[in-house]
Amino acid sequence: MLELDLLLNEFMERGYAQLEPDAQHCFDRILDYPDAVLLEWLMGRIRPTDKDVAQIVQSIRSTAAH
Amino acid sequence: MSIARRSFDTLIIGAGGGGLRAALQLSRADARVAVVSKVFPTRSHTVAAQGGVNAALANVVPDNWHWHMFDTVKGSDYLGDQDAIEYMCRAAPRVVYELEHFGVPFSRLDSGRIYQRAFGGQSRDFGGDQAVRTCAAADRTGHAILHSLYQQNIRARTHFFDEFFAVDLIRDQDGYFLGALALEIATGEPILIEAKTTIIATGGVGQLFRNNTNALINTGDGMAMALRAGVPVQDMEFFQFHPTGIAGKGMLITEAARGEGGYLLNGEGERFMERYAPNAKDLASRDVVSRSIATEIREGRGAGPKKDHVLLKVDHLGTDVVRKRLPGIRDMAMTFLHLDPAETPIPVSPTAHYTMGGIPTDRHGQVVVPERHGAEEAVPGLYAVGECACVSVHGANRLGGNSLLDILVFGRAAARHVIGHLAEQHFHRPLPEGAADAAMARLERWNTPRKGESVPHLRAEMGRVMEDHCGVFRNEEVLQDGQKKMLELQERMKDASISDYSQVFNTARIEAMELENLMDLGVATVTSALARKESRGAHSRIDYPERDDIHWLRHSLFGMDGIQMDYKPVRMKPLTVDSFPPRKRTY
Repeated sequence: MLELDLLLNEFMERGYAQLEPDAQHCFDRILDYPDAVLLEWLMGRIRPTDKDVAQIVQSIRSTAAH
Repeated sequence: MSIARRSFDTLIIGAGGGGLRAALQLSRADARVAVVSKVFPTRSHTVAAQGGVNAALANVVPDNWHWHMFDTVKGSDYLGDQDAIEYMCRAAPRVVYELEHFGVPFSRLDSGRIYQRAFGGQSRDFGGDQAVRTCAAADRTGHAILHSLYQQNIRARTHFFDEFFAVDLIRDQDGYFLGALALEIATGEPILIEAKTTIIATGGVGQLFRNNTNALINTGDGMAMALRAGVPVQDMEFFQFHPTGIAGKGMLITEAARGEGGYLLNGEGERFMERYAPNAKDLASRDVVSRSIATEIREGRGAGPKKDHVLLKVDHLGTDVVRKRLPGIRDMAMTFLHLDPAETPIPVSPTAHYTMGGIPTDRHGQVVVPERHGAEEAVPGLYAVGECACVSVHGANRLGGNSLLDILVFGRAAARHVIGHLAEQHFHRPLPEGAADAAMARLERWNTPRKGESVPHLRAEMGRVMEDHCGVFRNEEVLQDGQKKMLELQERMKDASISDYSQVFNTARIEAMELENLMDLGVATVTSALARKESRGAHSRIDYPERDDIHWLRHSLFGMDGIQMDYKPVRMKPLTVDSFPPRKRTY
């Protein structure tokens, strides 16, 4: 869906390379989640319970629109 | 070079709701089915459909399929084919119950029945009180349907080619379609997938326009493949726009923002809708608001440094109202613009949403083309379903809740027809020598470095041209200019360059082929819009503001051969009931 395309593409272009290897691995992992779950996280409606995932989600959100 | 080759009874290109519904029917009938999808199936654009599926279940208020049919014909501005619409509305309750049996977790009423909600354009008793017809699984109906269908397909042993890009259809000299050439994105290896029947289910082409609500994958690949194979595309001038998308991003800001008291401002701070619609103002119909915004921008009264949008103001409603009644809009603005609409107006402009046109089919999903003398005839071996097809149940304007219904009903109908065909055709027709040569040449073109403009640059320019010249503001001059620019862009595309010529996971090459598809469909859309000299449904011409049933109650057909238009009559005769003759469309 468009929302995920924009947020994830933007992060791949401007945020992913700056991540530590562990965080990059965590980013790869969140891509396995269904679109509906990713959307809730990335729109800030639900906070992931996993601390590492929550941190990546926050990085993606702050990269967007800057 | 030898190409890997696989054989199936049916090849389905696209794994959204239409493709998966067809695949399930076929696999359950023991057909050998291959589904080719350029993304993992559950990432298909059906996942984004929130609203629901229309079906006259009468769970909330009295309802019946005939009222649903009336609303759909009227909504289509009488361009919908009434036999297909009757078929769809009659089949709707059955496909919804089937979905429930496939595992779709529909929301429930207190009575335990499937939850239904009211949507615009729905009536009881042929234009009477509001109907309540849209079956929903919370606000994730598309997601629930897609996941259930995918799981059922795994159970039924449908064969998936995930992350394979279909390059072109294969056709023999007698005109039979025999499958397609596809490309495995991960390896860059081509594969020839041979099939007795091929179903195109590749979705819409919202990516034609700079501002649109569609996923980036919606590049009309199947429609463009059909065009290149000599099949015309139908009614491409009918594209549904929404007036308020986030400027430069495309996502919808629902009417709820204006319903709660929000209003639009131009760059000069003027509440401009008062000029265009003195009574309804910001709550005027979608097409009026869209055109008003486009006019403000065209006449230099847009907001922002480029004056390319207007502002949607809701901050005067107060933080509490915005947070409580418009939480989704606030989330969207905070995430994508980093602004709180309770404090700052949201930049918006019209956004392209849904493709009414597509590959012409009959109500069995068979692709049909005009026959030289008289009626149209089916193209042997080729079917199309869903947004890529034009059956035509949406005519000039689609009703909310009818798009999910369309993909389910006609996915199922096409599969049923294919099953009948397979029972008679036991063997594959022979693949002629060099059957894949043209498709391979298309692929090879992007293996050869060139020095022209970059693909992303051309894509951005195409989006702007389509938005400026074939968006919500249309007249002869604007469209003529647009056609000229699109034809020039199509020429420039021939020498375009990409940044990557490797084989492994080369997304630059995929994007280039997607842009070729978009360019062909852009030319089709602007040419069809230029030719239709009336306003009907989503096609609104400033210079021809009225609907003209005498000259234009007919479907457009655009063919690539010499960029030509052809026309065919609307099927006004339903299957069993009386026809709904054209009337003035008022709500």
